[in-house]
Amino acid sequence: MRLKTTLVAAAAAAAFSVGAHGATLDDVKAKGFIQCGVSTGLAGFAFTDSDGNWDGFDVVFCRATAAAVFGDPNAIKFTPTTGKTRFTALASGEIDVLYRNTTWTLSRDVDLKFSFLGVNYYDGQGFMIRKDMGVMSASELDGATVCIQTGTTTELNLADFFRANNMSYEPVPIETNAEAQQKYLANACDVYTTDASGLAATRATFEDPDNHIILPEIISKEPLGPLVRHGDNAWGDIVRWVLNALIIAEEKGITAANVDSMASADTKDPEIKRLLGVEGNYGEMLGLSADWAVHAIKTGGNYGEIFEKHIGENTAIGLARGLNQLWTKGGILYAPPFR
Amino acid sequence: MSTTGQPHAEPFRVSQLLYDTRYRSYTIQIFALAVIMLAFAWAIDNAVRNLEALGKDIDFGFIFETSAYDINQHLLEYDSTSTHGRAALVGIINTILVAIMGCITATAIGVLAGILRLSRNWIVARLMTVYIETVRNIPVLIWILFTVAIVNEVLPGVRSFRGEDALTGLFFDSVFITNRGFYIPAPVFEAGSAAVVAVLLLSIAAAWYFGRWARARQAATGRILPVFRVRLAILVAPVLVAFFALGSPISLEIPALRGFNFKGGIYMRDSLIGLWLALSVYTGAFIAEIVRAGILAISKGQTEAAYALGLRPGRTMSLVVLPQALRVIVPPLISQFLNLTKNSSLAIAVGYMDATGTLGGITLNQTGREMECILLLMAFYLAASLTISAAMNAYNRSVRLKER
Repeated sequence: MRLKTTLVAAAAAAAFSVGAHGATLDDVKAKGFIQCGVSTGLAGFAFTDSDGNWDGFDVVFCRATAAAVFGDPNAIKFTPTTGKTRFTALASGEIDVLYRNTTWTLSRDVDLKFSFLGVNYYDGQGFMIRKDMGVMSASELDGATVCIQTGTTTELNLADFFRANNMSYEPVPIETNAEAQQKYLANACDVYTTDASGLAATRATFEDPDNHIILPEIISKEPLGPLVRHGDNAWGDIVRWVLNALIIAEEKGITAANVDSMASADTKDPEIKRLLGVEGNYGEMLGLSADWAVHAIKTGGNYGEIFEKHIGENTAIGLARGLNQLWTKGGILYAPPFR
Repeated sequence: MSTTGQPHAEPFRVSQLLYDTRYRSYTIQIFALAVIMLAFAWAIDNAVRNLEALGKDIDFGFIFETSAYDINQHLLEYDSTSTHGRAALVGIINTILVAIMGCITATAIGVLAGILRLSRNWIVARLMTVYIETVRNIPVLIWILFTVAIVNEVLPGVRSFRGEDALTGLFFDSVFITNRGFYIPAPVFEAGSAAVVAVLLLSIAAAWYFGRWARARQAATGRILPVFRVRLAILVAPVLVAFFALGSPISLEIPALRGFNFKGGIYMRDSLIGLWLALSVYTGAFIAEIVRAGILAISKGQTEAAYALGLRPGRTMSLVVLPQALRVIVPPLISQFLNLTKNSSLAIAVGYMDATGTLGGITLNQTGREMECILLLMAFYLAASLTISAAMNAYNRSVRLKER
């Protein structure tokens, strides 16, 4: 009898833990918040402010997703993940979506069984070095000691770059951006390499940012974007279309300030009407309320507003839009039509 | 179980399984076994189902695929075109290296601190108490981070050895202590060096044989020979003669500052030094307590008897007390060596590429084969621990009290 009970309990537990990987949208709605994986701390992208609240470029996208689902950008919990722990956290169901400067690659998409849902930042790997080293190009880095974040694509790009250019180097693998910063500033490594946006963000926190340069070479393509587990398309669609909605909002000139007035029958543009739920039943198709995009846009504004506020040229990080400019303005940011 | 001798053998009743002490232990054991097996079955079943739900299988094929990443400290030939298997091997060798270095220094520190803690000199004894109590009550990870941070922040950078008022290395500008680690000269073996090494090995054998002969002679006749001086002569003289006769075939390669870093010589990385020191100092504190316990376990009468025979305190310790104390010391020492080896897996915190860093770190992350990598890693640590246990148990048998 007892044996039977144990068996039944075991089977139930096994079945339950499998079930957890099923419909994330239902799970999320049931628990009332989204669990979002972000960086452990990268200025501009994901950091905690003086009150302990998460903020930053990636964080706002997470919050916009929560706003779309629950109408409340605070219906969210953040899990700081390192380059190493992020995929396990996502695969195990500890987090529902990963917004952590994660590069879209074939093996991650296919072999690690994740779905990448778009790109919120087009990046590339760069090198940062002290100005007084007199190095002007990455091709002069033969023999340098290089700090890298372990478990990232940068680790592999670095190996490829030095091998292709027939140069030697001394890799110093580290876990987090904060550790890398400490090692680099203590001169324990000559060069710090990561995505160029990360370098700019890190440099902005230095006491003497002017004494460090980011070398002109960008040695890789790093399309950074959100990802979810394979096989959960309804949930993936929501994350994807929140990102797209924010990009379309910039295209159409919808901002956090004017979104309420745009969401009225007076608006002429039918795509804006569809996006903001005035026309059609697109929210219902996604399993959300009709005004989901209004909530998402209200969170931190459209893509351009989020960019300018957290990492744009007027911030300490000072990144230019570059590739991340809209396709209509010379960049490659392009969302599929909303219809 | 024989019941034939009893006049009225009672028939077996089911209730005996619970109430009869002869059978109860079997009942409990079978029940416990069933529970454990069920737990295992559930764990395996759960893993298989979940992997299936994720669309993953168990496949060790990645071991033969190209790793595509570099490892800074590799004692084997390795580059980013090598396989994941070789990367794991490089990591395993790095683990073994730091474990062996750590065990040796931890034992040295532990024995010294353990003996000194019993010193009659109040200051020395108290200092050792402070060392032991401070070190072993702070987690080892903190010590590792602390030592590496000290190396990184306090020692001079490589660039300080360049330019106008540059620092110079120790020992005639040959050893460089920097915040990236220590650069020390490496021996370079040229043609003819094999002969010198052979002479050295022969000298060691001769010195050992002479020591044995001298002891036998002392036991037989009571006459003491100047063993140390003769041994030194046997060790040094033939090697020096051979070395110069063959035209100095062994030279030293001294590290020189070229480009970003020192080149040449042996490079001990900051991560290795920090990890090694932290593990040694930490485990040394535990070993010190074991040594102290071992010494205190030897009856005071032994020491008094040795003093009565006229032995000085140092010789009493090394000839009378320690050999007996070893019997008490060795078994708990084994577990300290095991601890040190397993604690070395914290290396990743400071970027030392041990087995956890390569196989359980980068390889796991780049291939996404969590289950396989962790299983292999567990198998390695298990094998390493069992090997250490076996070796130390063999040693324990050799120092055990021999009853004659």
